[in-house]
Amino acid sequence: MSVLAYGVVAWLFLVGIYGVVTSRNLIHMVVCLSVAQSATDVLLLEIGYRTGGHAPVFVNLPTHPGPAVDAVMQALALTDVVVGAAVTALLLALVVQVHKRAGTLDPDALRATRD
Amino acid sequence: MSRRARLVFFAVAAAGLAVTLGVGLAGLPSFGSQLTAYARMLNELASPQRHVTDVVSAITFDYRGIDTLFEEFILLAAVAGISVLLRPLSDESRQLPEDKAPNRKIPPPSPAVWLLAVLLSSLLTLIGLETITHGVLTPGGGFQAGVILASAIYVIYLGTNYATVERFQPDPLLEASDGVGAFGYVVIGLLGLLAGDVFLSNVVGLGVTGNLIAGGTIPLLNLVVGVEVAGGFAILASEFLDQTAVIRTERR
Amino acid sequence: MSEAVIAVALVWVAASGTAVVLTRDPLHQAFVAGFFGLGLAFLYLSMQAGDVALSQIVVGAIALPLIVLLSLAKVRKGRE
Repeated sequence: MSVLAYGVVAWLFLVGIYGVVTSRNLIHMVVCLSVAQSATDVLLLEIGYRTGGHAPVFVNLPTHPGPAVDAVMQALALTDVVVGAAVTALLLALVVQVHKRAGTLDPDALRATRD
Repeated sequence: MSRRARLVFFAVAAAGLAVTLGVGLAGLPSFGSQLTAYARMLNELASPQRHVTDVVSAITFDYRGIDTLFEEFILLAAVAGISVLLRPLSDESRQLPEDKAPNRKIPPPSPAVWLLAVLLSSLLTLIGLETITHGVLTPGGGFQAGVILASAIYVIYLGTNYATVERFQPDPLLEASDGVGAFGYVVIGLLGLLAGDVFLSNVVGLGVTGNLIAGGTIPLLNLVVGVEVAGGFAILASEFLDQTAVIRTERR
Repeated sequence: MSEAVIAVALVWVAASGTAVVLTRDPLHQAFVAGFFGLGLAFLYLSMQAGDVALSQIVVGAIALPLIVLLSLAKVRKGRE
């Protein structure tokens, strides 16, 4: 189980970076970058998981509730997800403006601005 | 660097990264074993100390409140950056969308779609407000509910044409709410300084565990963050929509 | 039982993440990315993280597809 859990994190990150490197379309590249970013969220939550634990919400619990999972990691991951979406939107705004100036979305065809 | 050379370089670097990741991840404790001491302590102490039942909200807005302040400012900076990037450039102008046929206006939105959009928008606003206020008791809070409130505006965009959107979209209100939200967080933090304690300490009365208004500054911070995130995401989508519908490059 | 659910969610996330990268057309990729977001939300829920799952659902179903589709619409209109 540990191998599967941590292996998925490493796989997601590497696959996201591979998508960024071999991309032929800037919008495709930005979405691959968001895949790589979600790998870090998954790792945070995996570190904080406790087998047989329940969510860290202490209301209407059964008589013997057992341990709760890590709430600090959830607090970190929660803001990360929302702010990550806003930064992805910023990258897409850049892509839109680049397309207006260069006329293409192919990263290989983009050249440096006037020398 | 040619494409082939870039791929070879990436293959070598990815192999190195995979080995490093493997070694690093193998050193972690096995999946699902003991929690850290800080987490165990907070799970025990957060409910009695702060009178809330959702420990994640207490950590986000009280124990680690300063981190949330920085995240909120990252969001504000990203939205400001998008507004600057997507402004009309020197060779562009804003023109309302027109029908391709010369003497025809754009047909009004279908009444069924508009009715559905209005119903969904009211429902989403209600759900967003419920999520903000119940953030101290159950999973929820300002960040999630802000996006739900913004989606109440997105549904209006989807259900109608641009002229109606321009009529209903409260642009100054959205920008004001974005700024007021970010500023409000700092003001509530300063309340702690005014009371003689540290910045962002919980100085308002704590209330009874299990009530909606409990936890001191935590529901106030929830509200303020919800307002800011809602304003931010609504501005974000309206900038992109303006680019698609309205801003045209002038032909030379 | 919960371990099996987490394992299924992990496999779903890994498979759909790979599919997102391998889908080259941005319009098709937007739909696959929605499926990936759903898998992530399911994984977060099975790991008892309710707050994070709620964030992922609202972001991955509402904010991100809207932004990607609006950017695509702008780029396609510029190409005409």
